[in-house]
Amino acid sequence: MNKIGMPRGLFYYYYYPLYKTFFSDLDARVILSQKTTRITIDQGIDAAVDETCFPIKVYFGHVKELCRYDLDYLFVPRLVSIEPRSYICPKFMGVPDMLRASIDNLPPLIDITVDLSRSDRVYKDQLFKTGKLFTKKTGRIKDAYEHGKQELAYCQAIAAQGYTMAEAIDIWQGEDIEQQLNGSLRIGVLGHGYSLYDEAISMNIISRLRQMGCTVVLPEALSLEEIEQEAATMPKRIFWTLGRKMVGSALKMEKMADIDGIIYVACFGCGPDSFIGEIIERKVSDKAYMLIIIDEHTGEGGLVTRLEAFCDMLKRRRRHKIEDYISAYG
Amino acid sequence: MKITYPHMGNAHIAINAMLENLKLEVIPPPPISKKTFELGVKHCPEFACMPLKINLGNFIEALDLGADTILMAGGWGPCRFGYYAQVERDILEDLGFDFEMVILEAPDSRVSELFQQLQALGQNVSIWEAFKALKFAWYKLQVVEKLERSFAYIHPRAADKNRVEDIYDKGLLELERAQDKSDIDEAGSKNLDRLNQMVLTGKKPLKIGLVGEIYTVLEPMANYSIARCLGRLNVEVDNSIYISDWLNDHLLGSLVKKSHQKHLVKCARPYLNYSVGGHGLETVGSTVDYARKKYDGVIQVGPLTCMPEIVAQSVLSSVSKEEDIPCMTLYFDEHAGTAGIQTRLEAFTDMLKRKKTLTALTH
Repeated sequence: MNKIGMPRGLFYYYYYPLYKTFFSDLDARVILSQKTTRITIDQGIDAAVDETCFPIKVYFGHVKELCRYDLDYLFVPRLVSIEPRSYICPKFMGVPDMLRASIDNLPPLIDITVDLSRSDRVYKDQLFKTGKLFTKKTGRIKDAYEHGKQELAYCQAIAAQGYTMAEAIDIWQGEDIEQQLNGSLRIGVLGHGYSLYDEAISMNIISRLRQMGCTVVLPEALSLEEIEQEAATMPKRIFWTLGRKMVGSALKMEKMADIDGIIYVACFGCGPDSFIGEIIERKVSDKAYMLIIIDEHTGEGGLVTRLEAFCDMLKRRRRHKIEDYISAYG
Repeated sequence: MKITYPHMGNAHIAINAMLENLKLEVIPPPPISKKTFELGVKHCPEFACMPLKINLGNFIEALDLGADTILMAGGWGPCRFGYYAQVERDILEDLGFDFEMVILEAPDSRVSELFQQLQALGQNVSIWEAFKALKFAWYKLQVVEKLERSFAYIHPRAADKNRVEDIYDKGLLELERAQDKSDIDEAGSKNLDRLNQMVLTGKKPLKIGLVGEIYTVLEPMANYSIARCLGRLNVEVDNSIYISDWLNDHLLGSLVKKSHQKHLVKCARPYLNYSVGGHGLETVGSTVDYARKKYDGVIQVGPLTCMPEIVAQSVLSSVSKEEDIPCMTLYFDEHAGTAGIQTRLEAFTDMLKRKKTLTALTH
């Protein structure tokens, strides 16, 4: 049986069920790297150049962990674009080349290009070529991919109930996770899935908020049409998929009366977020908004203090609702 | 309508010429200074790349001088430049400026669309006049770049470097003022002759290729005049990119001259196999190209957190090993410590010199 390694990073949080099902149906065994630890992070920092963003460094760490296993292939797709007229980010487009230049003894890479900006022909072609590594029957490849898409939709439906994508994937794999939806505050938390849902990268921000008695509302719980509708109010279409989703979600959350405040989690050095954080800050004027920028530093105390202060402020605001409006600036 | 535009290297000479011939009143932003940086840094998002900050500083200074229209280029990513104009407009509006923003978009590198946008911008100009304006600006740009190339050749070789810099700076000013073709020809050939008459030291200079993000390569204020620093260290610097190349490849659809692009894409393989936006692929391709042309070294420059250049930088380590060419990466932001840059440049050139002598001795 062929063994395929998949790093638990970047688009794991958006597409794992799809490709896991795809490869499993083709009788390959998918080996996932462990959850991010300090060792993963340190290995990633060693391998990647200093200037790359934190999630990419973590991804490198996961790849290094997988290199230790006896793998037949390593699945590291080149994500260019997952929808028409949009991109992810230049770094995602260069990931396989960056890995080849930075890490020795890589297993053979399956680095299919996912580029749906103009058409899905090239992507389908490459998918079939990948499938051909494991089976000769084109019908089976097609079925496996369709099955994968179904599983992904199922997993997204779980996330829509208020789970993070990481939790949704765990539930999809059969784990039992209890949901906490009875918090006194409702806080919208935005950010790229691969930094927000990786507990090591985001320093547990979501569970910390839940422990403080907040219900966390994530973009996955909003309907895609509404997000796109809100994002379309921008004078120029935002050409980063995740960036557009975040702006749309923020604008939508601003209009949702039951949401008390919005937190945006960005990574230091993230190109699109340096603009998106700014755009949201300028557009969202009716709700308290906090931008948190994280990197590989480990001072959790600072983060906790900021979260507590933010929650305290929101609670005060609720108590003094008679005044109707208190400026977010103090 | 009083129109202004952002600075980028010597581009203002050509842009000015074009806009004036479209019968527009032009208010060029003052030359980039410390104040420009300060204004940009104050109002831009902290982690935005440096060109955005300089652009914004340019605009604020020009609007203060009375400009009411801003001419800016657009784009469709994935590099952040494509969204510059939007962010800049939001910031300036929030600052209370009253202005119009004209954004030139060339969606599929179609020269006809660009041309229409230019004509629409002009004040009652015919198609013929618009065409002439564009052609005149292009001609001026060619002469400016001839002077740039000649300067890059003479500067490291000349004994009196101050005089070379002086001729070059004055030559650019004369070209900027030139009103018609004969003026341009006269200013061009006079200053080229002056450069060619300089006394040379006769020593063979080291040759370094300058690659990276276009704005940082072309704008001396964005790279601490790295080319001049190197010239003074007797190093010949070859720019991997000129404005005319970029215009030709991206806006004019390679109509005007043969594109170098395909060759660079080929060179970049197998190190980088996909365009990563901005100039990432060109950076890698040019580095390989310089290595094969037996240059002594390559310096990559870019603004801090520039996404395409980070990808290129990650790959350059293996290019450097496989193609046997020393590479150094310098990122720039608004901090102003020139001594650090100078030291690194000196160390790099010393190392290249050593390497050259050692290989000469062993052969």
